[in-house]
Amino acid sequence: MTLEQERKQPRLPIEDPGLGEHTWRPTDVDEAKERRAERQVAGLFVFSMVCTVLFVVGYFLIDIGDNWTTFGGLGASTLVLGLSLAGALLSIGVGIIHWARKLMADKEIVEMRHPAASSEEDREATLKALDEGLQESGIARRPLIRNTMIGAVGLLGIPAVVGLRDLGPLPGDKLFSTIWEEGMLLARDVVGTPIRPSDMEIGDLINGQPIALFETDEEGEPLYEGEDLLVNKAKASIVIVRMDPSDNTPAEGRENWAIDGILCYSKICTHVGCPINLYARKTHHLLCPCHQSTFDLSDGARVVFGPAARPLPQLPLAVNEDGYLMAQSDFTEPVGPSFWERG
Amino acid sequence: MSTTESNGTGGSVASQVASTNGTKASSAKKGSPVGKAATWADERLGLATAAKKNLRKVFPDHWSFMLGEIALWSFVVLLVTGVFLTLWYRPSMAEVTYTGAYDQMRGLHVSEAFASTLDLSFDVRGGLLMRQMHHWAAMLFIAAMMVHLLRVYFTGAFRKPRELNWVIGCLLLLLGTLEGFTGYSLPDDMLSGTGIRAADGFVKSIPVVGTYVSFFLFGGEFPGDSIIPRLYTIHVLLIPGLLLGLIAAHMLLLVYHKHTQWPGPGRTEENVVGYPMLPVYAAKAGGFFFIVFGVTALLGGLFTLNPVWAYGPYDPSKVTAGSQPDWYMGWPDGALRIFPGPPLEYSFFGVTLSLNVFLPIIVLPGLMFTILLLLPFIESWITKDKRDHHLLERPRDAPGRTATMVALMTFYGLMWMAGGNDILAIVFDLSINQITYFLRVAVILGPILAFIITRRWCISLQRKDNEDLLHGYETGIIMRSAQGGFSERHEPLPLDKAYALTQRDPDQPVALERATDENGVPSPTTRSGRIRHRLSSYLHGGGIATPTREELEEAHAHAAHEHELEPAHDGASDRSLTARGENTPH
Repeated sequence: MTLEQERKQPRLPIEDPGLGEHTWRPTDVDEAKERRAERQVAGLFVFSMVCTVLFVVGYFLIDIGDNWTTFGGLGASTLVLGLSLAGALLSIGVGIIHWARKLMADKEIVEMRHPAASSEEDREATLKALDEGLQESGIARRPLIRNTMIGAVGLLGIPAVVGLRDLGPLPGDKLFSTIWEEGMLLARDVVGTPIRPSDMEIGDLINGQPIALFETDEEGEPLYEGEDLLVNKAKASIVIVRMDPSDNTPAEGRENWAIDGILCYSKICTHVGCPINLYARKTHHLLCPCHQSTFDLSDGARVVFGPAARPLPQLPLAVNEDGYLMAQSDFTEPVGPSFWERG
Repeated sequence: MSTTESNGTGGSVASQVASTNGTKASSAKKGSPVGKAATWADERLGLATAAKKNLRKVFPDHWSFMLGEIALWSFVVLLVTGVFLTLWYRPSMAEVTYTGAYDQMRGLHVSEAFASTLDLSFDVRGGLLMRQMHHWAAMLFIAAMMVHLLRVYFTGAFRKPRELNWVIGCLLLLLGTLEGFTGYSLPDDMLSGTGIRAADGFVKSIPVVGTYVSFFLFGGEFPGDSIIPRLYTIHVLLIPGLLLGLIAAHMLLLVYHKHTQWPGPGRTEENVVGYPMLPVYAAKAGGFFFIVFGVTALLGGLFTLNPVWAYGPYDPSKVTAGSQPDWYMGWPDGALRIFPGPPLEYSFFGVTLSLNVFLPIIVLPGLMFTILLLLPFIESWITKDKRDHHLLERPRDAPGRTATMVALMTFYGLMWMAGGNDILAIVFDLSINQITYFLRVAVILGPILAFIITRRWCISLQRKDNEDLLHGYETGIIMRSAQGGFSERHEPLPLDKAYALTQRDPDQPVALERATDENGVPSPTTRSGRIRHRLSSYLHGGGIATPTREELEEAHAHAAHEHELEPAHDGASDRSLTARGENTPH
């Protein structure tokens, strides 16, 4: 309450001088200036009309498509349409504001505020009406009706949630495997050709896929296409690197996973799943361009920097009878970002 | 018909308005068609009663009140350009062969979403312009909301009775950000696909339910064929609907509360001084809509944004260096980059808890948003100030408040820098590792330092205000006394300015005294009372009270006395300036 009192009698170091005198603008007192401002506003509006006409002319005259790089790489059509539309809009805006500033009355006026709160009478009247309504409904006196109604409406939340069940299948063990399997050939990304160890020199990195993603069935239709292709690609992508075998320090049990210093890792970052491919061949570091997790490929793809917590999964390699690189098996752990059930 | 009529007399009406204060501007005569239409409508809608108060509603004028308007108008631009885009864009992930005008992609197998985006850009006239205007307007929308939020916070405009409007505004910012993310994902290009893939990783990091949420969101394993159509529905229906409703509520509350105003002569807590809605404010705001629209057209026509044709279609096995989300998603991405990995992932009882992802990208943004939402309530809890406030405060008037927001801004800015650590490393030729290590420390120390510096700075500025009030402002005129001493002449502030400066609310130190008094009584203080007291003394202690009337009068009397002593001679300033120039050591 003391705050209330203070507010009523503020200690004013300086008395409120009150609203200043209204000062007249040149356009208020000089008819020539007023006419000039009027012409300026109208001129802006006319300019807007000109721009609109230019827009329509540009729309029909300038072809788009192959010549989109003209006019400094901007696209002639886009440039002309953009500039003419901007001219039309901006001159309307500037015109109206110029009109408001120069010609419309500029006397400030005062309005009193009212408290946001309702008056005491209104509150009482509302409470009374509410009370009457509730009394007449008898909701307080009939708990059976009230509780069953709350229960019935509340239960309706369940179908609202259950109805969303078919948004997707359950995860099952889908995240635990990829289409890699024993004998699956490693193929170059894009072209899909298999790889011989002799194709790679020390320091090379090849982006790869399982060859199945490029294969066709008897009728010449791809084995994987559309969504299926993308889902499998998203998990099965690999990088293949060759380093001096003496640089590589394989983990226990992985001694026979490399072929003459050729190692294969999942390309999918264990952080949030970006494909990784920035390779420093001297240090054997592979860096993810999304969040800069860095993995040492000569040390089991150990995390040497950044936010990832786990090494990239390694694909055990072998060579088939034709001399091509193939997988010994699927990855031995799930690829990509961590998830709760991963273990 | 009526328009030609008013055009015909347009010139004379305009001049009449200027010279007669607009009382006769546009009253509809009874017999006129406009009058008849108005009567028809009023008999059914009661328009006159509704419009009676609002047509001449007063809006105070200040450049900073325009920031929210930018956000509002860019939202309108988003609606207009967005509808245009929906006429050609097809939200489908079905594989098609691109056959459009863009040479370098012709014949490629791409998703229908990507193909239709290319068509929009290269085969639909004005399509690229609309796409770029839409994206630029989105940038502008979010940027304007953020700057508007800062303006509202720094000036104390969020205080009672406007706390709920603050909450609505925060929700608008959150929804706007989500709307942006869902929007830039729709072209299904390389960059946005990488973003969606990362989002899948974020979702999977949620303990217990993450994997299920991911499968339900994507309709199976990433990427599936459902995410683009689902994001589309969210982008064009769900979030815009919510945004529209919240913007309407935001505007209604603004009208109901009436706008805040800066203190000054004739401006009090009880009134609002400014221009009437009709004509000046309506004209300025309406004109400003065209300006915002025009600026987005200019940006869309001149500056390429999100060139998806250069990124190419999404391929889950590819990525580009320098992958970055739109700027407003930058700070959580930065948090994700600098959170250390190895010590934060745990495996136990056959499950994996990936805190290195879950904390920075799910928990931290949620936490920051909650803090933002609660700021008005935290402040009013600490200050115990339950009064209505309609006069704005300058940032320096509330050092604790200002320092809090500057600390938050510093945190945001450092996180945002972290989101571009690779770009910083390239541009400034620095080690990305060292930038990251530095930022890991800086995001904690930086805000603390920023808080301390800002608080002291505000208090110094308060002192400066008091100096100006008591001893006048520095004129820049150097005076030389008869004894050869130099001094700068001070002149008293203009009355208007002096009055505005003394309007600084002295209640914050008062609230502190009250708290101390209450603590002084023998009855045991509550735990929350003690916390409040400590926060209050730190946040609101140390402020300088405005001078009292006695102090002002004494200082002015003193100044007048000194002036009498000083010998007044013409040209003194010239000579003294020359003298100073000669004496300056080089």
